[in-house]
Amino acid sequence: MPLLRSILIWAALVCAVFVPLAVAAGSPLLEWRGDVYIAAGLAGVVALSLVLVQPLLAAGYLPGLAAPKGRRVHRWIGAGLVVAIVVHVGGLWVTSPPDVIDALLFTSPAPFSAWGVVAMWAAFASALVAMLRGRIGLRPRHWRVLHTGLVMLIAVGSVVHTLLIEGTMGPVSKLVLCLLVLAATGMAIADLRVWTLLRRRRT
Amino acid sequence: MTRMTATRRAFLSTGSAALVTLGAGLTVPARAQSLGPTRSMRGGSNNYLPGAPIVERIGGGGFWMRGTVRRAGDGAPLQNARIQIWAHTTEGHEREPQSHGATLTNADGAFRLEMPQIVPAFGQPHGHLAYDSGGYESVFLRPVMASPQQTSLTADFVLSPA
Repeated sequence: MPLLRSILIWAALVCAVFVPLAVAAGSPLLEWRGDVYIAAGLAGVVALSLVLVQPLLAAGYLPGLAAPKGRRVHRWIGAGLVVAIVVHVGGLWVTSPPDVIDALLFTSPAPFSAWGVVAMWAAFASALVAMLRGRIGLRPRHWRVLHTGLVMLIAVGSVVHTLLIEGTMGPVSKLVLCLLVLAATGMAIADLRVWTLLRRRRT
Repeated sequence: MTRMTATRRAFLSTGSAALVTLGAGLTVPARAQSLGPTRSMRGGSNNYLPGAPIVERIGGGGFWMRGTVRRAGDGAPLQNARIQIWAHTTEGHEREPQSHGATLTNADGAFRLEMPQIVPAFGQPHGHLAYDSGGYESVFLRPVMASPQQTSLTADFVLSPA
């Protein structure tokens, strides 16, 4: 039943992405927030969803989006992730500049902000290297090791960031999405056998 | 064998030393000789608007911000110390002027100000308090609520002369 399997995988992904977003969009906290702040928060939820989608595309787990096609979509989703992060941080900056400045300078009293900032820089670095790797002549094996390292920072950083926040996300849908992010990232790294690149090549 | 002897010797000497110390009353419980000043918290002064007016209460109320103000060193309560308070509440964001207000301490150095319910903002339900009136060093606090259901929050100041 390959068709049924495809339908189930896509349905599960759609639920994993849209249920947390719908719960956050219905949060009672939104009543006391301005539009920019609301948009900033939801952009963060979208960003976390994209962090889940990325390893699924990279490893070709999504039916209909195997290797070459999936990688192309992966690049676009990567650009989308950068946009979502910029909207998230930019919206928070507009809402309360000193809190965001503290976070970016790693002097925030909130324990979660440093994790988010590390994940943000890892995502930006990942996107930048992805764009420039042809021009700077980065070898594929070096690119993969570098990208995987950054990806681990992105996944762990965003998950810890999200779990520590008392915000608009529902506790259950948040935990499920975070566990899925870690599972998908771990599975993709294991399946793509990236660590074999770290071993010295036989001569 | 040597090891055994050494252990016994160590045990005896340590034990007798302890007995002598206790018997001679040489132990002193840890006691603060003088009260140290409260240090400003990270992010405490974020969205501070200097000179918030002294008010009966901020907005519609329903939530209590309480605390004490004492002098560093002897811990004497400070009367008429002006404490400014602001937070993200059900009635406005931290940056909005209507979210800010001030109150004075009584003869016991205690203050309390009614304000709207604090709601989680920027990931934590928290309030801001400032002592910034000259006389003593300015202190900015940012206490975090253990749960957003709490209807009060406490913050104590120990001030050192400016």
